[in-house]
Amino acid sequence: MAKFQSLKDAVAENLNDGDIVAFEGFTHLIPHAAAHEAIRQDRKNLTLVRMTPDVVYDQMIGMGMVDKIIFSYAGNPGVGLLRRMRDAIENNWPKALEIEEHSHAAMANAYEAGAAGLPCAVFRGYKGAGLKDVNDNIREITCPFTGEKLAAVPSVRPDVTFIHAQKANKRGDILIEGIIGVQKEAVLAAKRAVVTVEEVVDDFEDVHVNACILPRWAVSSVCVVEGGAHPSYAHGYYVRDNAAYVEWDKIASDRTLFREWMQINVLDVDENIFVARINTLKGAA
Amino acid sequence: MDAPFTPDEMMTIAASRALGNDDICFVGIGAPSAACNVARLTHAPDITLIYESGTIGTAPDILPLSIGDGELCDTAVTTVSVPEMFRYWLQGGRVSVGFLGAAQLDKFGNINTTVIGDYNSPTIRLPGGGGAPEIASSCGEIFITMKQTLRGMVEAVDFFTSFGHGLGGSDRADLGISTKGPTLLITDLAVWRPDPTTKEFVVQSLHPGVTQDMVQATCGWVVRFADDLSVTEVPTALELKTLRDLKARTEAAHSGEAA
Repeated sequence: MAKFQSLKDAVAENLNDGDIVAFEGFTHLIPHAAAHEAIRQDRKNLTLVRMTPDVVYDQMIGMGMVDKIIFSYAGNPGVGLLRRMRDAIENNWPKALEIEEHSHAAMANAYEAGAAGLPCAVFRGYKGAGLKDVNDNIREITCPFTGEKLAAVPSVRPDVTFIHAQKANKRGDILIEGIIGVQKEAVLAAKRAVVTVEEVVDDFEDVHVNACILPRWAVSSVCVVEGGAHPSYAHGYYVRDNAAYVEWDKIASDRTLFREWMQINVLDVDENIFVARINTLKGAA
Repeated sequence: MDAPFTPDEMMTIAASRALGNDDICFVGIGAPSAACNVARLTHAPDITLIYESGTIGTAPDILPLSIGDGELCDTAVTTVSVPEMFRYWLQGGRVSVGFLGAAQLDKFGNINTTVIGDYNSPTIRLPGGGGAPEIASSCGEIFITMKQTLRGMVEAVDFFTSFGHGLGGSDRADLGISTKGPTLLITDLAVWRPDPTTKEFVVQSLHPGVTQDMVQATCGWVVRFADDLSVTEVPTALELKTLRDLKARTEAAHSGEAA
């Protein structure tokens, strides 16, 4: 059952060293504030899962918190490469990073299988693709009815999933709108789920009957963090801070610059900083 | 005298012409996105554009910076979850054309966006495939667009991110893939189509002002030119205006956000 609590308490209670953890978001609604709290609490030896690791995973990898990453596209969307992740893969800095790389179709299927309580996902994919030669978790299964050879990957079952959403109601139910990505599946696949929201409203009476809602008993913690997706965006609240993504490319290109930026913008502050970061981005989208 | 259009503009416009009003098109970010939207704003107003973020039938007024921009959702017929996107719509066989860009491409249309060098100790770690491996195998056919460079167009790709025609011939069918694969390549210099038998890309038309030497100088494999090699039709005034207006709107919107 969802309990309303501070982000600090939610991270402390739900994220442990060595956990398999997903901070999900598909360009939209990326839970930056939650990831920054995990960085401040200095969690270690994490296995990170995400379809599209971007800036926030680049930061966690650069801070040395990550042993392994399971992913399908590691880029800075619209900008280029992830320089901290590259430094870990190419130069073992700050330490070696194990990678388990998939396609989007495989990851989406793996999350869905996790939510469905299945041990693996079956789909038509990876035909002729090089990944199956370098990833032992990509295997083949034969359809018992038609004989068709299909791809199989293990389901994703995180210890804990973090997402950001627009709203909770007072009871703790969660509303996600716009590009919903794979967040619902990531929450339902996980043992525990922490949701940061822009705001809490009285009820969802004006919401469409088919809206994407996670009932309060499907999440562990709800934390109000206005602007908590920045520099990603929250549909209906604020737009994406494209300039911040461009700036990150420069910051991440240099180890010293990176450390300094993390000290000032993550370690020395708390989640209350996020509301100021969206000041000039509100209204549109 | 200045050319009335740039090679980039010619590439985008030539690519846009390949799309029809009835196409259901899975759009890659970057150059494919511009081409698909020029098609929608000129000769193919009813084309369905799909981005992998789950936006189906989107009609953005400005070009998105990423595949998940809010503009795509705001203007879409519907927005579905990412698992639904890949399972029902892509794997289900609903998409007629996949339009991809490439970091590295070979003459058989195999694409690499994963690593330069060895996978386990890469010289350059690229972002990876994202949706591309299954876009390449599940869409009815694949169009590719990229700027020509010796680094980008190579004899053999370092990694098979997305399978094109393998080593040519019937490689694709032999793997049990029933879709057509790459049927068109549009670069900043030329329009290419695969040889029906060998599946090697052959230059069908050179963009205006481009020579065979220019195409060969920026391509890492020995280029074949069609016997009936033609010249790509120059952009029309409407095509150019549509593309330039789209780019201007995009620039204005994104610089406004950054301010």
